[in-house]
Amino acid sequence: MSSQDNSKDNSEENLPQQPEGADSGALSKRDDPFANPGLPPHEHRVQDIDEQAAKRSERAVAGLFTLSMLSTIGFIVSYVSFDIDKIVYIFPIGRVSALNFSLGMTLGLALFCIGAGAIHWARTLMTDVEVAEERHDLDASPEVREEVLAGFQEGARESDIGRRKLVRNTLIGAVAMVPLTGLVLLRDLGPLPGTKLRHTKWAKGKMLINENTLEPLRPEDISVGSLTFAMPEGLSEEDHDFHNEIAKAALMIVRLQPENIKDKRELDWSHEGIVAFSKICTHVGCPISLYEQQTHHVLCPCHQSTFDLTDGGRVIFGPAGHSLPQLRITVNDKGYLEAMGDFAEPVGPAYWERG
Amino acid sequence: MSTATDTRRKKAPAGERVADWADSRLGVYSLAKANLRKIFPDHWSFMIGEICLYSFIIIILTGVYLTMFFNPSMGEIVYHGDYVPMQGIRMSEAYASTLDISFEVRGGLLIRQIHHWAALIFIGAMFVHMMRVFFTGAYRKPREMNWVFGFLLLVLGLFTGLTGYSLPDDLLSGTGVRFTQGAILSAPVIGTYLSMFLFGGEFPGHDFVGRFYSIHILLLPGIMLGLVVAHLIMVFLHKHTHWPGPGKTNTNVVGTPFLPVYMGKAGGFFFLVFGVIAAIAAVATINPVWAIGPYRPDQVSTGAQPDWYLGFAEGLIRVMPGWEINAWGHTLVLGVFIPLLIFPLLLVSIAAYPFVESWATGDKRHHHLLVRPRNAPVRTGFGVAWCVSYLTMLVAGGNDIWATHFHLSINAITWFSRVAFFVAPVLAFIVTKRICLGLQRRDKDKVLHGRESGIIKRLPHGEFIEVHEPLSSDELHTLTAHDQYKPLELEPEVDENGVVRKPSRSEKLRVKLSKGLYGEDTQIPKPTPEEYKEITSGHGHH
Amino acid sequence: MKKLSARRRHPLAALVVLLFALAATGGLYAAFAPADKAKAEEAQTSLAIDEGKKLYAVGCASCHGTGGQGTSDGPSLVGVGAAAVDFQVSTGRMPAQQNGAQVPKKPKVYSAAETEQLAAYVASLGAGPETPTKSQYSLDGKEDAANGGQLFRSNCAQCHNFSGKGGALSNGKYAPSLDGVDPKHIYEAMQTGPQNMPSFPDTVMPEKEKRDIIAYLDKVNGEDAATPGGFTLGGIGPVVEGLFAWVFGLGLLIAITIWVAARTTKAKKS
Repeated sequence: MSSQDNSKDNSEENLPQQPEGADSGALSKRDDPFANPGLPPHEHRVQDIDEQAAKRSERAVAGLFTLSMLSTIGFIVSYVSFDIDKIVYIFPIGRVSALNFSLGMTLGLALFCIGAGAIHWARTLMTDVEVAEERHDLDASPEVREEVLAGFQEGARESDIGRRKLVRNTLIGAVAMVPLTGLVLLRDLGPLPGTKLRHTKWAKGKMLINENTLEPLRPEDISVGSLTFAMPEGLSEEDHDFHNEIAKAALMIVRLQPENIKDKRELDWSHEGIVAFSKICTHVGCPISLYEQQTHHVLCPCHQSTFDLTDGGRVIFGPAGHSLPQLRITVNDKGYLEAMGDFAEPVGPAYWERG
Repeated sequence: MSTATDTRRKKAPAGERVADWADSRLGVYSLAKANLRKIFPDHWSFMIGEICLYSFIIIILTGVYLTMFFNPSMGEIVYHGDYVPMQGIRMSEAYASTLDISFEVRGGLLIRQIHHWAALIFIGAMFVHMMRVFFTGAYRKPREMNWVFGFLLLVLGLFTGLTGYSLPDDLLSGTGVRFTQGAILSAPVIGTYLSMFLFGGEFPGHDFVGRFYSIHILLLPGIMLGLVVAHLIMVFLHKHTHWPGPGKTNTNVVGTPFLPVYMGKAGGFFFLVFGVIAAIAAVATINPVWAIGPYRPDQVSTGAQPDWYLGFAEGLIRVMPGWEINAWGHTLVLGVFIPLLIFPLLLVSIAAYPFVESWATGDKRHHHLLVRPRNAPVRTGFGVAWCVSYLTMLVAGGNDIWATHFHLSINAITWFSRVAFFVAPVLAFIVTKRICLGLQRRDKDKVLHGRESGIIKRLPHGEFIEVHEPLSSDELHTLTAHDQYKPLELEPEVDENGVVRKPSRSEKLRVKLSKGLYGEDTQIPKPTPEEYKEITSGHGHH
Repeated sequence: MKKLSARRRHPLAALVVLLFALAATGGLYAAFAPADKAKAEEAQTSLAIDEGKKLYAVGCASCHGTGGQGTSDGPSLVGVGAAAVDFQVSTGRMPAQQNGAQVPKKPKVYSAAETEQLAAYVASLGAGPETPTKSQYSLDGKEDAANGGQLFRSNCAQCHNFSGKGGALSNGKYAPSLDGVDPKHIYEAMQTGPQNMPSFPDTVMPEKEKRDIIAYLDKVNGEDAATPGGFTLGGIGPVVEGLFAWVFGLGLLIAITIWVAARTTKAKKS
């Protein structure tokens, strides 16, 4: 696009001609049947010639403006007379807030009537004679152009910016460097990533806590075909960093028939067919949990990545790039399910340092 | 002398005195002289830009109101407000204050709904306005800069929308923010750093609502307001384009004066837009955050979509296969990063088209007459292809909704969209171009032979003919007023003096583009006066 | 007649023809579509037969096997319990009409008494959840709807949507809408996990929590549930909102621009 200049002005012969002075419509019809015939004569509207009709328009406009005033009053009346939690049935919308409906309708009507009135006024009573106005290109005349350029040259010369290179170069350097201060200030927007994305709250010996009851889970609680969500022992909704932790540690627990498990490592990491997978999708991190208990697939509601829970959480459809991480679990001596460590790989979306 | 002006001042009515006062300080008379009776052409499609402007104003007005009640904090509280199904639930103050706006501030719900509906309509209107300008060639010199400003407004509008609907910190928008964070993570090398800096640490942290808030209410709308003002000043400066027609030329503008007609219509139209949006907000719920619930990163609802204008980005993400490259201890997340790149590329491709076109044609003249879409078949084809690719991805972004409501398989829709993303725009281009050429042929036919009247006459010797009504001179002019370009040709490598000159690569590209735009099969030569005269003089009825 | 032929070439003629064609297609569809439906229902009701095992042998055995051990066309019913039978039969899902991605809800075939007989027979094949009693699923006002909402968002919303409007699963399967579903059936579904839905047995989601969920659904999605903002537009989020904004918002506004810019009617020349 920058090569406008080196295009060498291909002699403009490919450009169509523009008839000069066609605006007057002066070209005779005989010479050019397609010539611009000029503005058609103005035709009168009913309102222009019939005062009765004009009066009717006037009344319509005034009527609309009056209706607007009434609606504004209606708005104020609704505001003071309806309780905010009053619910009314309005056909066919349903059981809606009386206040929202009445305020919105009266406001809408008050505004709409002003608009409709003004436009009806403009359309029927104001002039509709079309007139032509000449356009003028914004380009300055050559004299003005010369004058401005000369003025600029003079200013540049007087500033000595061309001669005193040292001043110019240091100025450029200074102005180029000063935004760095702003950039540096952005550093404290957040901490460096470190290995934060690699670790979760899960650790060896942490019990699996049922998110519904906040009780530790036992193997016999979990039947084939059921779905349970768990969080690590010691995490509470009241914790300051609860959201950050649950965003990585959320767990999805299902029980499979051991003979249905195709992946050997999955079987090793399960307990009596109970498998625990990360609830966080490996695509962009939605909580994935649309578990189809007959197919043993889980689907992500955000982008439909589908994982096979009988095959190590392998991706079988959709945009996710790698399997769902599995948490290795066992049973402690009190009979509760517990983790045998943290996830072996980072949970959630992939990132550059994930490897 | 001074007494004369004094007496006139005394007699002048109050309005004039105020104007005089302002003139001495601001020079309003010279400003008004140029603009007060400025001529504006009338056409419905010229008012779509006004829908954008007015909905933008409505958004600002209602937005200011909402800031008085909204609390942009992620501090956690237990809710004890008026909405029963949330009592006792832990939530952020941002979410709780949104519930308060909806249930405890009288009219708060209405303003919230007006704000959100107006935002959806604002961005929709910007799209329609942009495509209107595109399809009619209104972006050509001298309006290229305004085209770019308008495009920037659209892009900024998308992000203002995204940061806006994320503020209530509800389950739906939180899922969207999570997606944004996952997408940022996919950026090679810097992804994790960007994510940590944007969210002040790990997702979701305690900062993003406050940060999005200042971006949403200050940074982006501030820039947009500046661009809008510049956009409008340029419209005044250039004067509006108009359609070819009797009396209308490239050097004039035909219409009615700004004061009073246009002021009445445009001013009235503001109230109409506001009225319609207020009524919509009265009857239709938008983003019922109370039903959606507060955000928790381990909860989700199905049907997780962004607002419609980001639906095509959602679609790109949904149809992309899950490619991931692991090597040398690093991961390249192509499955997320490629859609992340296509998103801006798709947007920029339409913004760049005018510049490619003007380079290929080398046309540096001013253009104030619009072109009917049919008379620029390649441009129209490209525009439709662009819309279609946008639309296929928009559909793909709602694949789960289509699946349940039309009883289809979500996997089938995804596969369909994958193919359609590549095939549908090409088909759309071909079909549109052919339709345009067909319409051009029909126009030519009408010019040369007149309009078919539907009246059948039987001639004395038994032949039946259909009577053709000749067109009026107005119609003849309107149908033949468009420009037709000739494609560029490469200059001969050896000129007449025997000097060998190799064409540069950019020259070759330019000729290729020009041929693609105006070469064979891209336009039907418009009828010439000679053709017309020959047919009309020679009893050319048949 | 002459007038008609003259107007045949009117610029708006194509539009009129198009409208006619659309109306005709729609009309024809409306005329024929219900007829098919009525026939299907007839065929269904003709399936109805009487009692217990006999009912099973005729209505269920072809897919689930003569002893309920299951075949390639239907899963084993050993141990599914009476609750599962009650859910499947009284929501009309069973007997299934055809193989497909999922067996849909439809008008029920068996009466309450017949359903009970079937349930008793299937329960005798192996122990499983019993049909819940009224005290288990009906609301007594002590439920914590807010807690139910929290549980719903944790356990149910991922498939059924935040207010129970349903959603898509893989390969044509779906989570149905919970609009107007009997509390008993909601309870049974959580207990037994029909079709591809996982179960939420009492061991991980106690009775009280199930009732909380039912109470929440009643609050936000029941017959008397209020929708303060107006039309819910299906309650399925931004896709429909976007469509609505385009069709009713922009559509209406663009129609208005046409009115604003149109020429005012001219006085007739005469």
